[in-house]
Amino acid sequence: MATVTFDNATRLYPGTTKPAVDKINLKVEDGEFLVLVGPSGCGKSTTLRMLAGLEEVNGGRILIGDRDVTDVPPKDRDIAMVFQNYALYPHMTVAENMGFALKIAGVKKEERAERVLEAAKLLDLEQYLDRKPKALSGGQRQRVAMGRAIVRKPQVFLMDEPLSNLDAKLRVQTRTQISSLQRRLGVTTVYVTHDQVEALTMGDRIAVLKDGLLQQVGSPRDLYESPANQFVAGFIGSPAMNLLPSKAVSGGVEFGNASVKADIKATGAVTVGIRPEDLTVNKDKGLKVTVDVVEELGADGYLYGHVTIDGVEHNITVRVDGRNHPMRGDEVFVLPVEKHVHVFDASSGNRISGAVID
Amino acid sequence: MSGSLNITAAAVEPGLLSLPWDIPLDEWPDDTITALPKGISRHIVRFAQLDGYVIAIKETTDEMAQGEYEMLRSLQKIEVPCVEPVAVVQGRTDREGNPLPSALVTRHLKFSMPFRALYSTTLRPETAQRLVDSLALLLVRLHNIGFFWGDVSLSNTLFRRDAGSFAAYLVDAETGRLYESLTTGQRQHDLEIARVNIAGELMDIQAGGKLDQAIDPVATSDRIMASYETLWHELNDPELLEQNELWKINKRVQRLNELGFDIEELSIKTDADGTKVKIQPKVVDSGHHARRLLRLTGLDTEENQARRLLNDLDAYAATVSLLNLDEEVVAHLWLTRVFEPVIRAVPENLDSKLEPAEVFHQVLEHRWFMSQEQSRDVPLNEAVRDYIENVLQYRRDEELVINPPTGTFTAAVDIIHDSDDFEYTDEPIPPRGADEPVRDWRDLV
Ligand SMILES: Nc1ncnc2c1ncn2[C@@H]1O[C@H](COP(=O)(O)OP(=O)(O)OP(=O)(O)O)[C@@H](O)[C@H]1O
Ligand SMILES: Nc1ncnc2c1ncn2[C@@H]1O[C@H](COP(=O)(O)OP(=O)(O)OP(=O)(O)O)[C@@H](O)[C@H]1O
Ligand SMILES: [Mg+2]
Ligand SMILES: [Mg+2]
Repeated sequence: MATVTFDNATRLYPGTTKPAVDKINLKVEDGEFLVLVGPSGCGKSTTLRMLAGLEEVNGGRILIGDRDVTDVPPKDRDIAMVFQNYALYPHMTVAENMGFALKIAGVKKEERAERVLEAAKLLDLEQYLDRKPKALSGGQRQRVAMGRAIVRKPQVFLMDEPLSNLDAKLRVQTRTQISSLQRRLGVTTVYVTHDQVEALTMGDRIAVLKDGLLQQVGSPRDLYESPANQFVAGFIGSPAMNLLPSKAVSGGVEFGNASVKADIKATGAVTVGIRPEDLTVNKDKGLKVTVDVVEELGADGYLYGHVTIDGVEHNITVRVDGRNHPMRGDEVFVLPVEKHVHVFDASSGNRISGAVID
Repeated sequence: MSGSLNITAAAVEPGLLSLPWDIPLDEWPDDTITALPKGISRHIVRFAQLDGYVIAIKETTDEMAQGEYEMLRSLQKIEVPCVEPVAVVQGRTDREGNPLPSALVTRHLKFSMPFRALYSTTLRPETAQRLVDSLALLLVRLHNIGFFWGDVSLSNTLFRRDAGSFAAYLVDAETGRLYESLTTGQRQHDLEIARVNIAGELMDIQAGGKLDQAIDPVATSDRIMASYETLWHELNDPELLEQNELWKINKRVQRLNELGFDIEELSIKTDADGTKVKIQPKVVDSGHHARRLLRLTGLDTEENQARRLLNDLDAYAATVSLLNLDEEVVAHLWLTRVFEPVIRAVPENLDSKLEPAEVFHQVLEHRWFMSQEQSRDVPLNEAVRDYIENVLQYRRDEELVINPPTGTFTAAVDIIHDSDDFEYTDEPIPPRGADEPVRDWRDLV
């Protein structure tokens, strides 16, 4: 049983005035795959190091299971930090490559063999245990590297951008491998990435971090359908959600020459958020868009254009048909699909409308 | 959308454009590639000749290439020992217009060796210890300026000979981050990474049958912790002194100088009741002796070489001390009358064997051994001749090194072709080779 709990956990680096991680409250369930995501410098690595015991906690607590580990040294936390470096050693067999960290940790030979075999079975590498890495395919090598972490049998895995130096193809492949393996093992995992697509495809739940503050925790679906604020709305999903200034009107919000329905009580200035796939093109209703460029991607395409609201120009992205679409320089109108409008408070940025559910 | 080739470089390098960027790096023609040994790596890294010098090319992701290039530039500015970034090449496509990975180009570090090229038959305990110690010193220097490495290993370090020991240079900065200063946890994290990687690398050499039996990979890798901690504390710990022990301040300064570090600032604070004094040095980068030698003679050397040369200079100064000359004048005399004649004595065709300062160091060492053997003071010019004839000409070139011997000086050694130069391929599973006999793997873990 290993849950992980951050209870108002705070880290203020010496010589700085703003905490890098600011009163984080987060509970990772036993066996859960939690992804920490956010832009560079938001505090992901710091959070992970705090959990590993490699960063001082200046306020709050950290628990693994029911045990308060805030002041427990790293080696006594039963956590495995998976390094970015996935290099395999060419002269060592697959078994040695998987077991060497145990040797360093002083684990006895019989137990090493047992754990390596167990991991190899899980990873379908049993028949290669006495072979060298050069005998393996690319995917198998990635699995050997994973085996290296598995044999340590920790209560919690920590991974900090483990895929960042793989090329796009291997990255997608390894993503799937890691998450399916994690599910089979059922070991609680905290995974850090700055890539929201990676977060959405891998995590049971995702915690979005910005400037050391937790913005929202939820399933990929929660974040997509009901982003808690403008930041999450703009960060999750690609191409990004359109966020445009508007005004609340009775029963909805203003949208160019039209008003669209929205379930809000607010008055005055608001921000409306509409995903590119939730906008439709028409001749004369809604917001007037000048087309800058259309990117054709087979059946679909994306129209990149701009709109002018209260004399200020804003960029806008609209999903269009891949063949039958407006051309560069055209002026068209767009309207949101009904009920697919997110509304945010203009000053706080917080969500004030209900979820957008398909 | 197919982009166009985009080269970002600090200096104009027209030669870069003529390289075959439209071909995947692993297919570059043999006449473009310079075959040199290198550490194990996940990316494809190869060397090529560029207008009179050698470059290392690494194929990697766009983000990584750009990030590492910028990181290496920042490190260069603060004079960290690391490889010099030359360019980032982005927007590569092959002849059919398919995208190719971006590339980071760095300058091959002259006279440097990856650790796998530092031994010919077996890696000896003293060599392993010196390697680890020099890596510890590099790590202390990096941490001292606020650099978190994130991938500390012997493979990610290049070594240059330095008067019997090694000077370590950082080669792989892709996971690095630069901060005002590091926390204890960040330093601990790097150390843990170092420990695991070094042990793994030594076990790999062991598996290849090239590790001296006396070396225990785990104990040797543990050494980096101790070596690092000692240095770090000497550099950074405050010291509490009694009012009547103030002479100890000078001792601390001396100790730091001996370790090769200079002090930028020494804060001295008296405690409330005025009986104790707290001193806290702020250390600038190592290279105390190298800087002094550079100032006096214009010679740019590694730290231990500088120590050695300065010793000789001081000895020389004693012989001319009656003349009551300025230090600068004596240094000039030593340079023109002692150092330069030795270097000039080396025939041009042996120029690329070793760096001049290393040659000088080895000549001094050689003279000492000759003198011991013959129980007389062998004059320098005689030692030089003997050294060139019996030692230097048998060494392999280290300007671009190919498997050199390890000792300070050694006679002829055969060139060994390094099967360590290994790259992963994605071919079908090859049949078991002679190096992979059928064994019970349980004996192997
Ligand atoms: N030793 C330090 N001293 C001062 N500030 C630090 C230190 N280490 C990290 N920081 C700062 O703390 C903040 C959070 O850093 P952290 O590395 O946790 O972010 P991150 O989300 O992992 O970013 P990245 O993806 O770029 O690594 C950043 O602003 C960073 O500059
Ligand atoms: N400028 C250089 N001069 C000399 N050798 C170099 C240089 N650049 C790279 N090398 C050699 O190439 C090897 C691989 O380079 P590098 O470590 O940057 O690749 P990598 O794929 O990022 O490695 P890793 O798997 O550790 O991340 C190094 O170990 C080093 O021996
Ligand atoms: Mg990070
Ligand atoms: Mg490397």
